[in-house]
Amino acid sequence: MDFLRPTSLDEALAIKAQRPDAVPIAGGTDVMVELNFDHRRPEALLDLTRIGELAEWSTLDGTVTLGAGVPYARVIDELGDALPGLAMAARTVGSPQIRNRGTVGGNLGAASPAGDTHPVLLATGARVEVASVRGRRFIAAEDFYTGVKRNALEPDELITAVRLPAATGGEQFAKIGTRNAMVIAVCSFAIVLREGHVGAAIGSAAPTPRRVGEAERFLLDELPWDAPAPLADSLKRRFGDLVASAATPIDDVRGSAAYRTHALSVLARRTLTWAWDGYRGSVLQCA
Amino acid sequence: MRLNVTVNGERRQADDVWEGESLLYVLRERLGLPGSKNACEQGECGSCTVYLDDVPVCSCLVAAGQAEGREVRTVEGLAEGDALDPVQQSFVDAGAVQCGFCTPGLVVAAHDLLNRVPEPSDEEIREALAGNLCRCTGYEKILDAVRLAAGAR
Repeated sequence: MDFLRPTSLDEALAIKAQRPDAVPIAGGTDVMVELNFDHRRPEALLDLTRIGELAEWSTLDGTVTLGAGVPYARVIDELGDALPGLAMAARTVGSPQIRNRGTVGGNLGAASPAGDTHPVLLATGARVEVASVRGRRFIAAEDFYTGVKRNALEPDELITAVRLPAATGGEQFAKIGTRNAMVIAVCSFAIVLREGHVGAAIGSAAPTPRRVGEAERFLLDELPWDAPAPLADSLKRRFGDLVASAATPIDDVRGSAAYRTHALSVLARRTLTWAWDGYRGSVLQCA
Repeated sequence: MRLNVTVNGERRQADDVWEGESLLYVLRERLGLPGSKNACEQGECGSCTVYLDDVPVCSCLVAAGQAEGREVRTVEGLAEGDALDPVQQSFVDAGAVQCGFCTPGLVVAAHDLLNRVPEPSDEEIREALAGNLCRCTGYEKILDAVRLAAGAR
């Protein structure tokens, strides 16, 4: 096995072009488990932790560009205001030790249906920035997840960043698990409300994380955007039902399909209430 | 491959390191530092917690090569000579040790917490130690130890 240690993105992309079999490693929270348990013996590891530009974030014209190598702990500490939904999801990842190492780029690379940040990336309309020696391209989050632990990356490409709109309304994320730490989601849900946009997505309840289009369109039509009053229970319940109907979960050790479907309807109702409160607050502040 | 890493303030070198092995393996099997414990090897238990460039991490999830040129501080590097760190002394005084396997990781995690938050609330203690499992389930004494250490500093 080779251990490849580029110190710049250009160098990393050149290596990846020559060695498409090299497995990128950043926080190691997925890759090292596979190595430790002998589930994987790659020809080469491509260490991304020495590439400074991957560990930075910046904001321009209301869009945050989050480097693929920024650990969850920094998302929580530094981006809670700009990206509250993503920060909420980051808080539910693993443990302090895991959040000190794990990255959104790694979440995307692994593309687990249960990855905690995916529903938020889908609901905010994030774009994944990927690069190769052939150039740079952006993949919409909803086009990124192509199957269980599969993504739209080409073999010579690396995930370099995620671009998300800074929050202007309400954002919420919620996750079901047996405790508050070290939990792979039984199911999870994210919702983003801003003027003219409803984003909602489910995690751990289908082969890939996915947006719930019918539920989004229902809210876009039915929410009282012009006179944002508290929501009727019937509206919340209908939303919860639409979210649940978009799920195609399986029975596994973490929970049954029936439980996941029910729990999603509850998460959807609750987070809608909180996100709408957030949106109303932002409207009142502007008025 | 050859690995150069500063461990507990001392420059160390290890040869014939396999490219896929973990920092934990290097510490225990190549550098003679068995304080960090090898339990789950998947980041679930926190028994292998060390500081990597002052940030607590599970050393089982750090590839050895990622530690090249970095600074590592293990549980062995907390005491000053024969004088235990206040966190270690508090674990002794509070009886927070049963089988002892989780203790090194918990000591490092608690040490980091008290560096950041000198007077943590119970919620902050629980959150900071959420990644460290004690299979003896001796958590109450462990919480006592952290409170005691906070008071002693």
